[in-house]
Amino acid sequence: MKFDTPATTNPIDQLKVVGKATDRIDGPLKTTGTAPYAYERHDVVPNQAYGYIVGAAIARGRIVLMDLAAAKAAPGVLAIVTAENAGRLGKGKFNTAPLLGGPEIQHYHQAVGVVVAETFEQARAAAQLVRVEYARVKGAFDLESAKETAGPAKQLAGGGTSDSKVGDFDAAFTAAPVQFDATYTTAYESHSMMEPHATIAAWEGDQLTIWTSNQMIAWAAGDMAQTLGISREKVRVISPFIGGGFGGKLFLRADALMAALGARAAGRPVKVALQRALMPNNTTHRAATIQRIRLGATKEGKLTAIAHESWSGDQPDGKPETAAMQTRSLYAGADRMTAHRLAVLDLPEANAMRAPGEAPGMAALEIAMDEMAEKLGLDPVEFRILNDTQVVPDNPAKPDSSDPQSKKPEQTKRVAQPPFSKRQFVECLRLGAKRFGWEKRHSKPGGVRDGRWLVGIGMAAAFRDNLLTKSAARVRLDGRGTVTVETDMTDIGTGSYTIIAQTAAEMMGVPLEQVVVRLGDSTFPESCGSGGQWGGNNSTAGVYAACMKLREAIAQKAKFNVGDAVFADGQVRVGDRRMSLAEVAGEQGMVAEDFIEYGDLDKQYHQSTFGAHFVEVGVDLYTGVTRVRRMLAVCACGRILNPKTARSQVIGAMTMGVGAALMEELAVDKRIGFFVNHDLATYEVPVHADIPHQEVIFLDETDPISSPMKAKGVAELGICGVAAAVANAIYNATGVRVRNYPMTLDKLLDGLPEIA
Amino acid sequence: MKAFTFERANSPAEAAAAAVRNPGSRFIAGGTNLLDLMKLEIETPSHLIDVNGLALDKIEATAEGGLRIGALVRNTDLAADERVRRDYGVLARALVAGATGQLRNMATTAGNLLQRTRCPYFYDTNQPCNKRAPGSGCGAIGGFSRQHAIVGVSEACIATHPSDMAVAMRVLDAVVETIRPDGSTRSIPIAEFHRLPGDEPHIDHLLTPGELITAVTLPKPAGGKQIYLKVRDRASFAFALISVAAIIFPDGTGRVALGGVAHKPWRVEEAESEMPRGAKALTARLLAGAKPTPENAFKLKLVERALASVLAEAKGA
Amino acid sequence: MNHPDDLEISRREFLVMGTAAVAVTMLPPLAEAQAPPAAPVVKPAAVKLAFNVNGKARELEVDTRTTLLDALREHLNLTGSKKGCDQGQCGACTVLVGGRRIVSCLTLAVMHQGDSITTIEGLGTPDHLHPMQAAFVKCDGFQCGYCTPGQICSAVAMLQEVKAGIPSHATSDLTAAPQLTPAELRERMSGNICRCGAYSNIAEAITEVAGRTA
Ligand SMILES: Cc1cc2nc3c(=O)[nH]c(=O)nc-3n(C[C@H](O)[C@H](O)[C@H](O)COP(=O)(O)OP(=O)(O)OC[C@H]3O[C@@H](n4cnc5c(N)ncnc54)[C@H](O)[C@@H]3O)c2cc1C
Ligand code: SF4
Ligand code: FES
Ligand code: FES
Repeated sequence: MKFDTPATTNPIDQLKVVGKATDRIDGPLKTTGTAPYAYERHDVVPNQAYGYIVGAAIARGRIVLMDLAAAKAAPGVLAIVTAENAGRLGKGKFNTAPLLGGPEIQHYHQAVGVVVAETFEQARAAAQLVRVEYARVKGAFDLESAKETAGPAKQLAGGGTSDSKVGDFDAAFTAAPVQFDATYTTAYESHSMMEPHATIAAWEGDQLTIWTSNQMIAWAAGDMAQTLGISREKVRVISPFIGGGFGGKLFLRADALMAALGARAAGRPVKVALQRALMPNNTTHRAATIQRIRLGATKEGKLTAIAHESWSGDQPDGKPETAAMQTRSLYAGADRMTAHRLAVLDLPEANAMRAPGEAPGMAALEIAMDEMAEKLGLDPVEFRILNDTQVVPDNPAKPDSSDPQSKKPEQTKRVAQPPFSKRQFVECLRLGAKRFGWEKRHSKPGGVRDGRWLVGIGMAAAFRDNLLTKSAARVRLDGRGTVTVETDMTDIGTGSYTIIAQTAAEMMGVPLEQVVVRLGDSTFPESCGSGGQWGGNNSTAGVYAACMKLREAIAQKAKFNVGDAVFADGQVRVGDRRMSLAEVAGEQGMVAEDFIEYGDLDKQYHQSTFGAHFVEVGVDLYTGVTRVRRMLAVCACGRILNPKTARSQVIGAMTMGVGAALMEELAVDKRIGFFVNHDLATYEVPVHADIPHQEVIFLDETDPISSPMKAKGVAELGICGVAAAVANAIYNATGVRVRNYPMTLDKLLDGLPEIA
Repeated sequence: MKAFTFERANSPAEAAAAAVRNPGSRFIAGGTNLLDLMKLEIETPSHLIDVNGLALDKIEATAEGGLRIGALVRNTDLAADERVRRDYGVLARALVAGATGQLRNMATTAGNLLQRTRCPYFYDTNQPCNKRAPGSGCGAIGGFSRQHAIVGVSEACIATHPSDMAVAMRVLDAVVETIRPDGSTRSIPIAEFHRLPGDEPHIDHLLTPGELITAVTLPKPAGGKQIYLKVRDRASFAFALISVAAIIFPDGTGRVALGGVAHKPWRVEEAESEMPRGAKALTARLLAGAKPTPENAFKLKLVERALASVLAEAKGA
Repeated sequence: MNHPDDLEISRREFLVMGTAAVAVTMLPPLAEAQAPPAAPVVKPAAVKLAFNVNGKARELEVDTRTTLLDALREHLNLTGSKKGCDQGQCGACTVLVGGRRIVSCLTLAVMHQGDSITTIEGLGTPDHLHPMQAAFVKCDGFQCGYCTPGQICSAVAMLQEVKAGIPSHATSDLTAAPQLTPAELRERMSGNICRCGAYSNIAEAITEVAGRTA
């Protein structure tokens, strides 16, 4: 089905099932420990051996010598695979650095081998007997000092141009009565999802099956084939449950490749889980950024000049963090520019983490807006409202969302300033301010005390683009009236199982219990997968398309005019004539498959999601420790398919935003070139005690331009702006303006009031 | 993890004797530190002696009016003991500020004292570390050292002792009781129990091979206002950036020990006379000769402000 | 103190980071220096062991090195207990031993001879959810589900700890019986990390159960 005109009334609008706060259908499995994750599939193949990965001990250089004798002789060892005996390997389309290093080493903890043994204990012990001699070479590990060498990026994730320009920023900035210029930094962050990357690999002749933990089944299958140099048809990827990803499991990673290589070498199935301590350096992370923001405004607070430049680093052939992207479309202002600069660093591979671009970009921009509001003597909420725009002032090139890594030729027919499909930004700001009690805010910082706590409130805008991408599904109807959906879509905690079931139930007129959803298998039709907050809208739209086709087939078989047929209560009917779906399907059952694909509606209209974050913090007068006391998010992001799971996505994102604001930072040892704090004790992510009760409000909204579901992305909007709202609250509490994330106490101490 | 043999000990003397009978052996109690380090082959015992069966899990009153805490008393149970909560509040507070509910249910009194540093270079066996591999250098010096020590450091090592409990024990003047393989026992004041790194950072404490901790005794209650303040980035489940254990009497005198600043719980008895003069004076004496790194110099100010907080709290602020 | 870009980070290793690189041998960690003279190399030892899991007597033979978590997951196929870190740093492997919550990744199976162990599978099944499991479903106290069994086991034991009067960091009066305030609940659950960030909903689920059973 091609979606190229705005949606009109369709079966989803009945909202009998869709749009209702619904418990997750996979809830009973997940809460009883019976949902099977990748490493746990004892059931799928017998005789599984254990693989243990050896990580490189240097950041850059070569392996001079590998001595495997002791490891090979260790009890239980079945095989050892290194670059020397792995055979020729390619590199996946989505990988920047090779997954198996040797002799060249591209980054610290890059896999240099896998040891396969009968038991986990044996594999681990033998892996520790592998001796590797390295020759190090000098590397670049410091973004600040590499900044000068950074150039425009050849490629942006999602396509688009590195730089943009409207009017004459320099002149407008110089002429602006009120000017603001500041530089911010955001930290290297680790996805740190709770389930480590894990895979069981089994070969049957030349056919490979992997049970793995991956957000993008098709990418994983394609890159596995490409890396091994086999045909894509020879690779089956199965990933029905994923213990979190956040972008860290978008790609084929070393666990999967090394399991496949290990299984081939050992001649039996092999399971590999990446050790937690390898994850930050072995896999991808969110790049750190340096961002300079300049704002020029009239005395009344109208922005006239906006510049946002961002520097980040990555491995050679990597891509920059697109931190200035949102600045092209969030606020009005006639003269403007954005630029992304990429430095080559020899740190591990940078890549997407929840809301790549916007999460760090909004973290900086929204402090700048707070600072500018103060400079202008304006309320931060009013200042943002004053600079609202209903068209995109600096039209960014459209990302090709199904493949954010690919280069896309420039649009030929680009609308200069396209309108937004829907933009209820101001409504979010106003409602949030009202609900949070914004009017009680002391505009002068440091004015509120609660015992030993300096209390402040802050806010920030939330903004993230909505991405459209092709997504397919297959729907079966059987002789008992059960509807089964199959798609290679994944559920990484997003609630895909549930919203897909709701969609199919709504479309086919059956109760939710009559729907079975099967996900995460490369033998199923190719979906959009989970990433970039595109999963919910696009995967359900694909299911919508397949259901439409099934409805037609049913109507035809039952000899109804499909236009008149009503699907409800497990029946199809026109007027008085009715047939149960079970009956229509018969013994044989029926099946339909289709996909959603998009025309150019997203070129005619810019599609984004909007929101506002409000945060109250307490800062300990003595120690500078910050604790979040209240949080509210107001979101306008299309139709909410399941308010329960959507809310969870937002609170989870808010939580990760608090982490970015207050504690998360992969610390770089700039001599050696690695992230030093590479475990969950030293890389701190928020725990229960860090997070207060969180409130989320969704504006009642449908966006008929986005898809037949009229829904948009939710899961990443929730993180965009949170860190800045926390930072602004800290400023409001203390009067100390910190421009470097995370805002740990050491950065506040010098500015806190003297104490006796 | 290297392979090892395993036995359960039935009495303290037997455990100590078994340790010398099996070179390369280790006692295992809660296992929460030892097993973690064994997985990384930072610790490589060839024989484990499980001491969990020993009857060392009681908390008893001593003739002197203090408490004798068995080596195997779990952190949870120690913190929950009525006498500890009433008379040794600083200890209860320090215990519950450490780790998590799950870990405290496992961690033992002896194991907690003997836990090793959390320096990330110590944990990463690719990196130089004099504590783990004597003579290999110190990765943290000139590296990522935000968590590291600021006083009592050496050219060889700037690690901290990570325990919260030990800081409280230090301010309470606890005594560590041990039994040795030859059956002899000794009592080691907590002040002497942990070492500074010096040239031998691989040696954390005074115990000799096979020496088993049987108990930790506390003198009779000191009274006073007892406070434990732990400062960390996240609100829970994090090792201290710094911590303060204090006992403060109504006249403003008292005792104070610091965590997170040195290779051992840091207490300078002579500095305590400065307490009535306030945090600045106290800090100056406590941290005299401090040698922070650029990354952890903030701890100087943090200690001062934390002490100010504790002194204010004691005054009832 | 060394300057940050001082490359001489090691005395033993000669780390010249020029393009003309010098070989660096990554030696295995030296034997722990406090340990008495060189430990002999030992062959992996298998031990027989019997304990009770979820009310059933189980016997198995494991390597001495096998953690309780791996014994459950890899030997008894009880994969409800999760491995998030294997280092005691996440809480995903939380199980109950003798009714007390522990992290099963930092204890050896052989240390549990004769013990009674309850895992998430012992609390309830998809058709017969434990009240805590049902509350998690109702309050959406999870997303990816990987931390969830640990959260639930932890929560069940945590409520018992409060009843038993065990204090926490959030307890204001050490000598009074602790109450399950929001701050207490959050502090006591902090050993279970949820990177999906379901905390606010988890707190609601636990509060609901506590209210019901109180
Ligand atoms: C993720 C994490 C976070 C933590 N956070 C904190 C924290 O915030 N604050 C804090 O203070 N601690 C913290 N801890 C550390 C924890 O408190 C210690 O690991 C624990 O106290 C060690 O006790 P154990 O009984 O488990 O020791 P084990 O691991 O069994 O043993 C530790 C050492 O003591 C030796 N040993 C044990 N018993 C005896 C004995 N009777 N005589 C002689 N030697 C003995 C062992 O041989 C071993 O060398 C944390 C631990 C983890 C894993
Ligand atoms: S500070 Fe001590 S423990 Fe850390 S690397 Fe240096 S020597 Fe090792
Ligand atoms: S797996 Fe045990 S605490 Fe993480
Ligand atoms: S539900 Fe994913 S980590 Fe908690």
